[in-house]
Amino acid sequence: MKILVAVKRVVDYAVKIRVKPDKTGVDTQNVKMSMNPFCEIALEEALRIKEAGFAKEVVAVSIGPPQCVDTLRTGLAMGADRAIHVEANSSFLPLTIAKILKSLADVENPGLIFLGKQAIDDDCNQTGQMVAALLGWPQATFASKVVLDKDKQFATVDREVDGGLETLSVGLPAVITTDLRLNQPRYATLPNIMKAKSKPIKKMTLEDLKVDIKSDIEIVEVTEPPKRKSGVIVSSVDELIDKLKNEAHVV
Amino acid sequence: MMRAILTKKKLVLSNAHRFISITNLSRCISTLILAEHESGSIKPQTVSTVVAANHLGESSSVSLLLAGSGSSLQEAASQAASCHPSVSEVLVADSDRFEYPLAEPWAKLVDFVRQQRDYSHILASSSSFGKNILPRVAALLDVSPVTDVVKILGSNEFIRPIYAGNALCRVRYTGAGPCVLTIRTTSFPVTPITESKKATISQIDLSKFKEDAVSRSRYVGQSTQDTERPDLGSARVVITGGRALKSVENFKMIEKLAEKLGGAVGATRAAVDAGYVPNDLQVGQTGKIVAPELYMAFGVSGAIQHLAGIKDSKVIVAVNKDADAPIFQVADYGLVGDLFEVIPELLEKLPEKK
Repeated sequence: MKILVAVKRVVDYAVKIRVKPDKTGVDTQNVKMSMNPFCEIALEEALRIKEAGFAKEVVAVSIGPPQCVDTLRTGLAMGADRAIHVEANSSFLPLTIAKILKSLADVENPGLIFLGKQAIDDDCNQTGQMVAALLGWPQATFASKVVLDKDKQFATVDREVDGGLETLSVGLPAVITTDLRLNQPRYATLPNIMKAKSKPIKKMTLEDLKVDIKSDIEIVEVTEPPKRKSGVIVSSVDELIDKLKNEAHVV
Repeated sequence: MMRAILTKKKLVLSNAHRFISITNLSRCISTLILAEHESGSIKPQTVSTVVAANHLGESSSVSLLLAGSGSSLQEAASQAASCHPSVSEVLVADSDRFEYPLAEPWAKLVDFVRQQRDYSHILASSSSFGKNILPRVAALLDVSPVTDVVKILGSNEFIRPIYAGNALCRVRYTGAGPCVLTIRTTSFPVTPITESKKATISQIDLSKFKEDAVSRSRYVGQSTQDTERPDLGSARVVITGGRALKSVENFKMIEKLAEKLGGAVGATRAAVDAGYVPNDLQVGQTGKIVAPELYMAFGVSGAIQHLAGIKDSKVIVAVNKDADAPIFQVADYGLVGDLFEVIPELLEKLPEKK
């Protein structure tokens, strides 16, 4: 079985972002970029499945500008066997990304597609569900535990839902999106980083994949959220209770 | 004509009422809401979603779709019919196939219902239920969904947070198909309803509903955290603990304080990962988003990802030993001190809840 893992290059999670003064978006020039944390978890899980002998190959995919190659190299250094870079200079809506991934799945025939549950830049939480719909495959979103059945026909997945945990069994091929607690992603070691340099990254274009690009959502403007007014530091519990009672009227 | 309307819209954006009425001229709004229900009653998130649907336009009609099986479904349907005066119709899909909310049959169902009655908008709350199913519905319809909407400016213009709530993105849906949205329910509070009205309930004929040859998803089970405290997402008071609580035992102090104030307990990712509390109590970008009247954080440093989930709280109180903790930048009242001293003192001195 082959596992396809979609990884996205995003502004590093620790960076405090700045909204551009012309309100067209968020400034991503000269800002540290990394692999989306949920994608790292997705890749780690695919690698663990391969190491347990359930999969033969892990293929990392990224869609975007030339710099996505760095993200893919990180993935290869973690242990992915090869990578596919779909070059695109504009950013796409999740629906288009899902269509690109569907075309890739049609070519690659993976038994599983792993994605993060959401990208920490657009916070959409859509792509995995949409790929599953386009392929007509079952989906298991927000996974915190994945157990593959011996005969490889089923994955039993614990999902993080609002009231607690839910367990599903999905027939393969399937799409799984990962939540934070699924695993602890490994660090790439220096020898593996060196080795990753010789692993293949296949370049593809949108023309190769014949995907129709849909842009039915227009970004009107991006603004900063309203600032909270600055608070006060109180010196004692008594003062705190007094403020809550007589100033904020919440207790 | 359309272009003229669009230009005109830009001019009146500051005037919400006129904006809505102009949009109405160009489009009739009919909304289908995928409802969430549990043991015979409709969930509060769904009622918030109905409130949100009312912002789409003045003369909108709202249909609630309930799927499930058996008597508890019918009970929930009858409650749904009177949950909000703007609900005009309750549609019920009763089948064993919908016993559990599996995305595959449910997304197919929404598409099935849409084919029979044309809807301009399809909504659900952005709970784990809505987030799981609606993007799948949107892909079946070949439209881009807008998730986690916090403000509705008109029938096709919305605001949603991006980058963990550090930026707000105003988007316009320009597609031809139905507009698919998930709603951040804390942004659309439900006001008490005085007017009582009962919507019509109709059963959906499922004889032509086809699933894929074999449904390859199966529900295995669920482990729910039974709690008597109010629901985290809609509580008036939320008390949160971080890693500094150090143990499951110590976390009980947070629970006691929550009980005293009639509030819900929340936690940071660090506290969840350390095993002090179950993961469904996590508050933040990837956990629950809360907007209570009072939010109290104990031993919480205030990482970007956590702040994303609490920013809309009315009053934020932070107690932390570290005076430089980022949480103090968003707190209305901060107290620099040891939570192991502060919490017992609060427990002793706070008035009993009303």
